[in-house]
Amino acid sequence: MVEANKEIVTMKGIYKSFLSVQALEDVDFTLNLGEIHALVGENGAGKSTLIKVLTGVEQPDAGVVMINQQKMTIRSPQHAQEIGISTVYQETNLCPDLSVAENILIGREPMKWGLVIDRKAMNDNARQILQELGVDLDVTQTLGECSVAIQQMAAIARALEISSVKVLVLDEPTSSLDMSEVDQLFQVIRKLRESGVGIIFITHFLDQVFEVSDRITVLRNGRLVGTYETTSLARLELIQKMIGRSLAAYDNMTQTKLESSQHIESEALLEAKEVGLAGSVEPFDLDLHAGEVVGLAGLLGSGRTEIARLLFGIDKPDKGVITMDGEVIKNYSPLDSIMRGIALCPEDRKAQGIVGELTVRENIILAMQADLGWFKYLGMKKQYEIAEEYIKLLNIVTPSADQPVKNLSGGNQQKVILARWLATNPRLLILDEPTRGIDVGAKAEIQKLVLLLAEEGKSCVFISSELDEVMRTSHRIVVLRDKEKTAEFSGDVDEPTIMHAIGGSE
Amino acid sequence: MKQRVKHFLLQHGPVLLSFVVFLLVYFAGSRMYPAMQKPQVFFNLFINDASLLLVSIGMTMVILTGEGGIDLSVGGVIALVSTASAALLRAGVNPYVVIPLMIVLGIAFGAMMGWIIQYLKVQPFIATLMGLYLARGVAYIISLTSVSIADPVYKQIALTPIYLPGMENVYIYPTSLVGPVMLLVTIYLSFFTRFGRTIYAMGSNEQSAILMGLPVARTKILVYAFSGFCSALGGIVFSMSLLAGYGQFASGMELDSIAAVVIGGTALTGGVGNVIGTLFGVLIHGTIVSILQFNGTLSSWWTRIGVGLLTLVAIGIQSIYTLRQKRS
Repeated sequence: MVEANKEIVTMKGIYKSFLSVQALEDVDFTLNLGEIHALVGENGAGKSTLIKVLTGVEQPDAGVVMINQQKMTIRSPQHAQEIGISTVYQETNLCPDLSVAENILIGREPMKWGLVIDRKAMNDNARQILQELGVDLDVTQTLGECSVAIQQMAAIARALEISSVKVLVLDEPTSSLDMSEVDQLFQVIRKLRESGVGIIFITHFLDQVFEVSDRITVLRNGRLVGTYETTSLARLELIQKMIGRSLAAYDNMTQTKLESSQHIESEALLEAKEVGLAGSVEPFDLDLHAGEVVGLAGLLGSGRTEIARLLFGIDKPDKGVITMDGEVIKNYSPLDSIMRGIALCPEDRKAQGIVGELTVRENIILAMQADLGWFKYLGMKKQYEIAEEYIKLLNIVTPSADQPVKNLSGGNQQKVILARWLATNPRLLILDEPTRGIDVGAKAEIQKLVLLLAEEGKSCVFISSELDEVMRTSHRIVVLRDKEKTAEFSGDVDEPTIMHAIGGSE
Repeated sequence: MKQRVKHFLLQHGPVLLSFVVFLLVYFAGSRMYPAMQKPQVFFNLFINDASLLLVSIGMTMVILTGEGGIDLSVGGVIALVSTASAALLRAGVNPYVVIPLMIVLGIAFGAMMGWIIQYLKVQPFIATLMGLYLARGVAYIISLTSVSIADPVYKQIALTPIYLPGMENVYIYPTSLVGPVMLLVTIYLSFFTRFGRTIYAMGSNEQSAILMGLPVARTKILVYAFSGFCSALGGIVFSMSLLAGYGQFASGMELDSIAAVVIGGTALTGGVGNVIGTLFGVLIHGTIVSILQFNGTLSSWWTRIGVGLLTLVAIGIQSIYTLRQKRS
């Protein structure tokens, strides 16, 4: 408390670019001792880059970093730790093959006779640190065997263990934690604030920003928007600052939806009757129409993805029939589905969708090429035409069609996947969690795009765990619970009604 | 308790397996050729594979660092050290000067390759292949033919058997002790020092290790220097037991050594395994050679076939392990 409100970190005029992408442009940032400072912004706004500059992972192209009012060049993560800056990175950066205790203490293990690592002391020490965080477990087990939440806690424990820690950076620490774990973490953070540590907290969850932070710094497109006292900033204001435009786009959606609902065909494009698969999903009826967005709502594991798999032919139903254009489907396979004009954007874009090393153009052409067969060559000129068309249509932010996809932000990667399937010109588009892990602005854009596609006469299935976006985007909502279709709503419904259907309470 | 046993098995399965395979191979051999039941035959393994054990210890640590870590230069370093020391001894240099000099040579050679790998970002495979050619080439420049060693100190070390206490007529040579001693040193290094734990952390996830603030660059160079040190020891032992130095010595030993490491349960992807498994990998290699010697009629290439098959099996088991871990 002695040194509270003293500026510990001062960053001035930081510039950093990667290849052709300007990640940071003239950004200022300050952190006081004894404060929790939230760093917010959309994906690709430059939060992680700023942190990497502060923690010595990257060197700035220009600008000054001062620690304790003294100009410093932070050479490496090791150096950052030595001067009291400790970091928990976004993706847990630990070693899965080492024990939990080692992951917490490696590099600082207690030594016996100055020669031998004192394993007993190390394990005791680690156990104690974790207990302070409210976690009790066998610290000798291999980290890779633990749940993601425990791994996250271990990462935080590691960061806290540095005895001289003055600055603690938490990059998205709560994304894999449940409510009670988040509460535990916040208690620890507050305790640290009391003891005079300066904390930088990066998160996508705005509730959490308002719950714990003292000040908020907003970044957008690599530039500083401003730093604000949390108490003086309203939630809507913050969102506007983050996305750089008003939320009018959101409100327009209702209007768009209403208008587009006039284009729904009365004839069903695809009809599922009593379709089910033992162990996967109970028999359900579902009809999909051209021009309509059908939302699948329900908790994780309620059977949403399973329905998508059946519709796309990954799994073959053992009960019921699916008809498309009035014809009963006999061949269930993804390839047959693609031939019929069905496309599926899978849930996990990193593992199942994006080929990071390939360029935007190549990623977009991929499914089309598969459709054509491997030996029919699509002219280079044609490829560029198609890529440019979708880059414009979906508003993909990339310097060129030749940029490797891995250099794009999450939201833009998602759009590239979407473009890939749109390029095959499907009649039925199934989107499984298309907005997961992307920021508010990009979410709104993708939602709007889905409605736009429906208006053009495509039938869309929209799957998401976020109820408000399902409600905003869908003309009709199908609710699933415990692998069973429990309700269907069309027209105006309020959130509580759907919530009850999802939860199963009366 | 049950949980702990399961953990232990999961963590050390491949290493335990190499132990079991060694017992099986040795048991099978001694059933076929009862002469193998003599204790001396077992201790001969340490005499015959003294150099292989040494270089395999270094190789294990290099492979544990992951990211394609491998040291193909070990055989070349043995050739170079044996030839250089033979030439120096012939020129009348004191053996107590020659031995430390050769060790420094090995360490410097390894450190140089480590530096190239770390700072010039050359693939370990390429950098150490270059090291192999360089070392062997220099050995041939020193002498195109085998150089014999007549130094009395070398002769004495090479030809003085040490009789093992409590056993009748069972002996080893001083040179066969170097490997086991290094094994103990390396067990200490890998489990009880920051250097060792950093190697495991790097092998598990190098990017994480960097972000955790571990001295990854320094450790990587040190690991290759360590392997160079082990190879130099291997070279000295080699030249002592044959009392000669030659550019052709230990040709192909890098591959035998990699096979021993893999059979011993160390993952080629790094981070998993240890030198105890490598000991069994080397002993399995030696046992197969002994069986063929007792048979007397089979081509020595059967050694390679046997080792090859076992390596394949070991890699298969590793894959199953990794798959299972990924699934859980």
